[in-house]
Amino acid sequence: MIKPEELVFGLDSFGDIPQDENGKSFTQAEAIRQVVKEAKMADELGIDVIALGEHHRADYAISSPDTVLAAIASITKKITLATGVTVLSSDDPVRVYERFATLEAISRGRAEAVLGRGSFTESFPLFGYDLQNYDVLFEEKLNLYSKLLEEKPVTWEGTTRAALKDADVFPKTDNGKIATRIAVGGSPESVVRTARYGFPLTLAIIGGSPERFNAYIELYKKAAAKFEQPAYPIAVHSHGVIADTDEEAIELGWNHIRASFVRIGQDRGWTPMSREQYEGEVQNGSFYVGSPETVAKRIARMIKTLGIGRFELVYGAGGLSANARERTIELYATKIIPKVRELLSEG
Amino acid sequence: MVKKIGILGAGKLGMVLGQLASRAGYQVYIAGSGSPEKIALTVEVLLPSAKALTAKEVIEKTDTLILALPLGKYQTLSAEQLAGKLVIDAMNYWWEVDGQRPELTDVSSSSSELVQNYLKKSIVVKAFNHMGYHNLYDEAKSKGQKKRKAIAIVGNNKDAVQKVAAIVDDFGFDPLDGGNLSQGIRMEPGSPVFGANLGYDELRTALASFETTKRGIEAKSAGNLAMK
Repeated sequence: MIKPEELVFGLDSFGDIPQDENGKSFTQAEAIRQVVKEAKMADELGIDVIALGEHHRADYAISSPDTVLAAIASITKKITLATGVTVLSSDDPVRVYERFATLEAISRGRAEAVLGRGSFTESFPLFGYDLQNYDVLFEEKLNLYSKLLEEKPVTWEGTTRAALKDADVFPKTDNGKIATRIAVGGSPESVVRTARYGFPLTLAIIGGSPERFNAYIELYKKAAAKFEQPAYPIAVHSHGVIADTDEEAIELGWNHIRASFVRIGQDRGWTPMSREQYEGEVQNGSFYVGSPETVAKRIARMIKTLGIGRFELVYGAGGLSANARERTIELYATKIIPKVRELLSEG
Repeated sequence: MVKKIGILGAGKLGMVLGQLASRAGYQVYIAGSGSPEKIALTVEVLLPSAKALTAKEVIEKTDTLILALPLGKYQTLSAEQLAGKLVIDAMNYWWEVDGQRPELTDVSSSSSELVQNYLKKSIVVKAFNHMGYHNLYDEAKSKGQKKRKAIAIVGNNKDAVQKVAAIVDDFGFDPLDGGNLSQGIRMEPGSPVFGANLGYDELRTALASFETTKRGIEAKSAGNLAMK
């Protein structure tokens, strides 16, 4: 178990489009500037990590998270600048290295690449990749990326991009290595791969009881031991909204988190989430929705159950207003994080 | 005698169904898309009492198998090896994994009928496809417990449907006989029951309400919704 004072707390956004008080949506450009503003706020409030996820669809404004992070880097001091995720399968590992090494330079060592296959697939046709190669794309690109991380000339050959021969890639970083994690959504194969490459693991838990993931954490540890790689503390990423009262937060979550799940689910043929399913997620599942008191207890219990080292709250899903988003961040930083540490030190 | 079940597919769904089977006391045999070594560690941790084998070996070991591979890959199964077996189809068309495959969403037949048509000498029954895997894991409740959720089963062979009903019950859900295999279209992505998490009566109502949906109306006019 990680010591409570060493736990890492983050905020994650995909650049959802907020609404103003009259229900009018921000433009996508405004939505991006809102995230920059929130990240500055998070830094000032002492939150450890801001993670921005790459998407290529109308409901999210962030398609180039590292560009947004570069802007954030210039107006913040301590906060770690992470993605969540960078869709490596449809990206180029050399470019990914170059962009993060640049961010690392601008931010004086605060960049963190969080790589994944992504939970959406829009990027595949957009960049000319075939979804049928989903697995081989990620495996090969992760292989190349992990070589590039050593910051020495690379010789590499595969089927998904041009081969490299003694290719040296720049800029080099001051610390010699870009912090990198792999985020997975619960595919056992992805968990094992993360351990095989010796990367820290982030679990995106977007539904159901967190306890279900204990076995996956065990799998990560066992796989790391088998491949003689270190097993790093696990991070969990889950949705939430925090308000002054449980009632207010539950209503906001229903109108926005649930609404965004319904909208996304439609494309995949899911029937809309029922009130019962929603309340199940709020009470025992993976939506951290409520007053600071309620949410702190739930986060503390989840951290204890899973023995993780880092929690990232996905805030502002759906059209949650800018005010409500900022209130979530403020309550998370000033009330919930200290309370979670306190609850965990009481044992 | 210990009940046995085979699972073809070792992804999220295969693992959860394997866990439900193990919890219910079944001896589970499981195969992924590659060699057993590839999934050995995963199985050791997630399904400690199960045996990871090749697909061929899993099929030889058991008379009842669950298909939990991506639907788009059903033609990689060996119809010969599966001849005479009871095959539970838990697969769904998922365009993001399967690619654009119009034949898999065609309203004139349910996807399980395509599978049956391919596995000519097997008895195909559709079940466990319409509930999300985290709900399957969280909602399984032993017999007699209150607020149990239900799983719909469709198939043309009534003895086979009975057998699958017993498995559904063992795994922790109330079985609901939804009619012939053609009725499986009521349980596919886009239907009111898909991703819902319902008790027996609500599930029955939701299956019936498919007829009022856009896809339901299309299926009806294609002559694919006649009950039994």
